[in-house]
Amino acid sequence: MSEPGKPWDEGGPERLYTVSRGRAPQEPRHRPIELVSLIVARAEPEPGLAPEAAAVLRMCQFPLSVAEISAYLVLPVSTVTVILAGLLREDRVEVRAPVPAAVLPDPELLQAVMHGLQNF
Amino acid sequence: MDYRISEKISGPRSEDTLPASAAAAVKVVIVGGFGVGKTTMVGSVSEIRPLTTEETMTQAGVGVDDIAGIERKTETTVAMDFGRISLNERLVLYLFGTPGQERFWFLWNGLFEGALGAVVLIDTRRLEVSFDAVGRLEERGVPFVVAVNAFPEAPVHPMAELRAAMDLPDSVPMIDCDARDRSSSRDTLLALVRHLQSLHTVTPETP
Repeated sequence: MSEPGKPWDEGGPERLYTVSRGRAPQEPRHRPIELVSLIVARAEPEPGLAPEAAAVLRMCQFPLSVAEISAYLVLPVSTVTVILAGLLREDRVEVRAPVPAAVLPDPELLQAVMHGLQNF
Repeated sequence: MDYRISEKISGPRSEDTLPASAAAAVKVVIVGGFGVGKTTMVGSVSEIRPLTTEETMTQAGVGVDDIAGIERKTETTVAMDFGRISLNERLVLYLFGTPGQERFWFLWNGLFEGALGAVVLIDTRRLEVSFDAVGRLEERGVPFVVAVNAFPEAPVHPMAELRAAMDLPDSVPMIDCDARDRSSSRDTLLALVRHLQSLHTVTPETP
């Protein structure tokens, strides 16, 4: 059960603004970053990189979803998305887009999900 | 509060990392009213300890350019628990337990878009808390199954009665489940996948 009313100290919106360096989340030069896009680091964190961005690079040595990054950083998804967009622009991360489920998911995909669950 | 950050920025434990070959993810959303067992279900099937992701909504009716509007804005934070199942070396399934208050769903930009489907969990003692979830999914055209979570102290009702009470069409599968039980929860997900497969065969192209 999630704890209702669990306090969530954001440090105020100013901090988020700073972390995202005041950029808005939508910068559609690349494929959009979604909740379950898998992120893989392509660079080592360099000195001078924002701590949150450096943390993303460190934790994404192996693929990790945006949702997981948000959970580990304890930052809202929209803020993480902005950080990732910056890293993506600099080619520091690779984004593996989710399987597009269109209107109805592809039968082959469903088969793979079925098999995966049965063997789980 | 910097200490909070330095403690939390850790990333996954080594046993929680995905293989480098993980190429794409799919998602299933578990919905239902407060206390119906969404988080329990996520926890019982997830291969990782369930995590919590948050989104913040700033309720600001005033434009940003309005210098007079310097009163503090109201922020609402909505948390969502989620878990993960590696289906194979390349494909990963994420399960999201959405907050009970459906009015917050829109916050999760793209949560339902691209989802394979949803599981609506119900507690027979409080069917009404899941009515809204069913309505919203129907509106959005998200395929779903309804899982009746077996709370030990809840009275048992025949499925047909529950179906009538929920006003569910026959096309929506209803199943019993025990959200605390891993294989029962997995079977619920399998029921959803079967339902999705059946939609393929009964609805070809509807222009």
